[in-house]
Amino acid sequence: MKFTLNWLKKHLDTNASLQEICDKLTALGLELDGVEDRAALYAPFKVALIEKAEKHPDADRLKVCTVKTADGVKQVVCGAPNARTGMKGVFAPEGSYIPGSDITLKKGVIRGVESCGMMVSEAEMNLSEDHDGIIEIDDSIEIGTSFAELYGLDDPVLTIDLTPNRVDCAGVRGIARDLAAAGLGTLKPLAGDKIEGGFASPVKVTIEDKDGCKLFLGRTIKGVKNGPSPEWMQALLKSVGLRPISALVDITNYLSLDLCRPLHVYDIARLSGDIVVREARDGEEFDALNDKSYRAAGGEVAITDESGVIGFGGIVGGESTSCTEGTVDVFLECAYFNPTRMAKTGRLHGIDSDARYRNERGIDPVFTHDGMEIATRLILDICGGEASQIVTAGAVPDWQKTVDYDPAIVKNLIGMDVDTKTQKQILTDLGFGAKDNGGAFAVSVPPWRGDIWDADTDGKADLAEEILRVVGLDDLPSVSVRADSAVTQAAETVLLGRVRQARNALTARGMHECVTWSFMNKELAGHFGSNDNALTLSNPISAEIDQMRPSILPNLITAAGANHARGFGNAALCEIGPVFRSVKADGQEMIASGIRAGANAPRNWSDASAVRPVDAYDAKADALAALEACGAPAANAQIRKGASSYFHPGRSGVFALGKTIIAQFGEIHPAILEEMDIKFPVVAFEVFLQNIPEAKKKGGTEKPYLQLASLQPVSRDFAFVVDQSVESFDLVRAAKSADKKMIADAYVFDVYAGKGVEEGKKSLALNVTLQPDDKTLTDEEIEAISQNIIAAVHAKTGGILRG
Amino acid sequence: MTDIVNLKKELTSEITAANDLKALDEVRVSVLGKKGRITAIMKTLGGMDPEERKTTGQALNVLKDEIADLLKSQEAALKKQAMDERLATEHIDITLNTRPERAGKVHPISQTIDELVTIFGAMGFSVAEGPDIEDDWHNFTALNFPPGHPAREMQDTFFLPEDPSETDPEKARKVLRTHTSSVQIRHMENNAPPIKTICFGRTYRSDWDMTHTPMFHQMECLYIDKGVTMAHLKGCLTDFVRAFFKIDDLPVRFRPSFFPFVEPGAEVDIGYVKLSNGGMRLGKAKDNEDQCWMEILGSGMVHPNVLKNCGIDPNEYQGFAFGMGLERSTMLKYGIPDLRTFFDSDVRWLGHYGFDPLNRPNSATNY
Repeated sequence: MKFTLNWLKKHLDTNASLQEICDKLTALGLELDGVEDRAALYAPFKVALIEKAEKHPDADRLKVCTVKTADGVKQVVCGAPNARTGMKGVFAPEGSYIPGSDITLKKGVIRGVESCGMMVSEAEMNLSEDHDGIIEIDDSIEIGTSFAELYGLDDPVLTIDLTPNRVDCAGVRGIARDLAAAGLGTLKPLAGDKIEGGFASPVKVTIEDKDGCKLFLGRTIKGVKNGPSPEWMQALLKSVGLRPISALVDITNYLSLDLCRPLHVYDIARLSGDIVVREARDGEEFDALNDKSYRAAGGEVAITDESGVIGFGGIVGGESTSCTEGTVDVFLECAYFNPTRMAKTGRLHGIDSDARYRNERGIDPVFTHDGMEIATRLILDICGGEASQIVTAGAVPDWQKTVDYDPAIVKNLIGMDVDTKTQKQILTDLGFGAKDNGGAFAVSVPPWRGDIWDADTDGKADLAEEILRVVGLDDLPSVSVRADSAVTQAAETVLLGRVRQARNALTARGMHECVTWSFMNKELAGHFGSNDNALTLSNPISAEIDQMRPSILPNLITAAGANHARGFGNAALCEIGPVFRSVKADGQEMIASGIRAGANAPRNWSDASAVRPVDAYDAKADALAALEACGAPAANAQIRKGASSYFHPGRSGVFALGKTIIAQFGEIHPAILEEMDIKFPVVAFEVFLQNIPEAKKKGGTEKPYLQLASLQPVSRDFAFVVDQSVESFDLVRAAKSADKKMIADAYVFDVYAGKGVEEGKKSLALNVTLQPDDKTLTDEEIEAISQNIIAAVHAKTGGILRG
Repeated sequence: MTDIVNLKKELTSEITAANDLKALDEVRVSVLGKKGRITAIMKTLGGMDPEERKTTGQALNVLKDEIADLLKSQEAALKKQAMDERLATEHIDITLNTRPERAGKVHPISQTIDELVTIFGAMGFSVAEGPDIEDDWHNFTALNFPPGHPAREMQDTFFLPEDPSETDPEKARKVLRTHTSSVQIRHMENNAPPIKTICFGRTYRSDWDMTHTPMFHQMECLYIDKGVTMAHLKGCLTDFVRAFFKIDDLPVRFRPSFFPFVEPGAEVDIGYVKLSNGGMRLGKAKDNEDQCWMEILGSGMVHPNVLKNCGIDPNEYQGFAFGMGLERSTMLKYGIPDLRTFFDSDVRWLGHYGFDPLNRPNSATNY
């Protein structure tokens, strides 16, 4: 909402400074967005007289002017065709900033003739596109008169951001009322007289859509002259960014901004018969005043005549009945429309008009009559003519609301002390009716505050807010919120704790944590689990992000590709975030994901062979670290095949606790990498944080007692030749089963296939640790256990001890 | 006795002449071993008369001690010499870079969330959670946005197809949550007051330009109990912004504003100063500076209709709520210039603006 200081002062009698007004607006909740104080910008420019204009000696189109200014006589070289002897214009002195051409004037020499300052055009003053000549000033204006004052440019323009509940302040008068209530002056009475029409309106109105249009007042005004509107009105409209069009149109625009009272005028000569307000029918079309054509979907509040739809009521008027320079008889509309219907139509057709803005938020329904009279008076005064009696269809809708207000609410809800008298005064100043009723009092809500009377509330908190706004939040005391206990409860949920622990573990392992979109390309999503239509956005912002992600991995792989393209390969990226299985509240799953791309490490002097392409074991280690950080019983997990289809089928696996998969890892399927145009190896993992069982609480905080063996452990190595298909997990399990008491640990420390090992076989080297507990093992005993291990491995895996 | 004196001379010179530990050990054995020279003389003591045995024995013992000391010091000298010679040959290029270790960083948004959990945890708040895909009821209606209300247009909502398994149209219509306020509703529906929760999460609006991304993060705070007033809101927010931005006297300004789910509503600004170099500094203006303000969050007393919608009696309980965008606060606190870069996953950015995984915020440290 834009307005000027002088405009405000038409309604507010005040001595407050501009700064005070600006500060108060924000304090009232009418947030100041900006002030454009043009007085300073236009201060250097003053009226001057061209005493003499002669042709430039060396240029046909230039003139050398002797200009009499308030600061003496100057010589100015001027190219304007209208520059002539005896003419008054606007002089810009040396050193002044020319807003239209964005330059600061310097003394110049033009084709050998000195030029000090310039005579300016409207374009150079940034007032219009008119660059055909310099500004001409009436001869009666004295030399030295301020150009800003003359053109009404010394009036600062204020812009406020209105919240949607305060449509009453979409009129300058509403803003003035708030400021007056806050002690910044007094609200001037609104001038308005009742105009008795001299004849019955030849145009009649019928409302068929009684839900859409509650009240329609109309009046014919005969014999108007629709010339330009008066300069004061044009200046105000221009200063808030509206282009003056004609007196009739300007008057309706002006009243919309001044009193929040949208209006419409129809050229009776272009109307076909009477006006009927009805629901639009599907397919009805009209050309609107905003140079667009609309095709009704059916159900819009339509203003119609015998020709069909001539406008969407309260939203936008039609071209076919609009006023022109030649308009003589007009029909003036002042109506109250159903705000919900306005919002619906406006949204459906994407029409952002000033009328829609006001009507959909709910204007003052009672003011319809006054608005009609005020508009009529302005038209008669400016355009002349003769007004008919008013035709009325419908009635003012039921709007009254009385709040049973207890002033203690300000203390109880807001925590501020404001005495009852002050509260009552504030409400009265804002236009509320406050009747004394003992402790509590009855407060009637004014018709322009639809945000309160049309709200489904008892209104008490709304009134408390009015008091708070006017008193100001600066005076609100501040009370700290404290925990019930000095040592607070854990703030985290179990899940958030896991998110944090997984993040810390993964970043500590060298992965950068990313945050990527929750949505992704639908086609790509299809490669990573699902691209179910149920999870496709109905109104995506781009086709690249139209599907809720089934996995985080594609986003991370894409990011690795982008980093690679920037020259940063070998990315190690993780993200802990949601993926989506369904639109249900429990269809979202928190996953810790990560990828490693390219090589495991940069080349280094220490060990060239340490640099290798990333492999599934890197991802497995990442998954294991995240699982352990989250307290998952990873050591008990079974590791087996069965990872999702976007992993390489032979180089991937899962961590499972029974049937529950708590993580998966492996190489990304080469076909998918090809599809994604990724030309380096990528390994990945996903840890399903919600599938990790919660640690049992009943055990307390104690860890199991640690029994330290006093005897040294014994270590033995074995090499078994097994089929390529045998997995080390099975081999280790077989070995451990040979003597569960004595074997403390077993692990594979070498894998070999090739020369010396039969085709289709591999050699797994196993280290077994034996831990005696009461006496040192003899060679015979160790040998016996070794034989058991060999036998067990052979029995369960077919492995043969390598000779 | 002359023998002993001569022997001492002889041994001393042999020990001094031993130039490595092996030679020294040979000397030791030749003197003190079973067949050693001192041992040999010791063996002759038995054949001496008592007087001679006494003096010779004493002299021999003295010699033995002297020789032992001498051997020891010679050994030490030789060891030191050997160590010096070894060290003289052993050196590395200490300027050579270390073996590569990958240093991962925590994303700034996660850092901010960890900080906020710490700050609000100290005030007694605990975390609540809710889904990103919301229904119309939780995202709008329960929050007092009536259908068709213009306030719904303050946000550009992403929609998903309706859930055919839901019969209630308000539960069937699915959106990506436009704010974390929906979590307030879910929490109040399932918990009785007193309620003291915070919530963090992804939020979505259909907007993408210099200062908007289709996905961003919000924090939500909700405190419902008997007698919670707007003064508590002011206290809580003032304490929070000062702790978060680490500025003890950070100016905080409350302005009346409008959100459908609060009444009264207020926006909260923090103070900053424009610097002559075009930059800015958060904090209080000095005497010669202008105090400027920037909005950081929206807040208010929870609207009675919202409480009712969640089955809480507004005549018994009341409280405050606020919501804040996390990217903006993070940008302000850590001087990150561009919102869009948060979601680019550029390793240069992550490495630069990210945080050390081993130095996480906790209540014992200065966040």
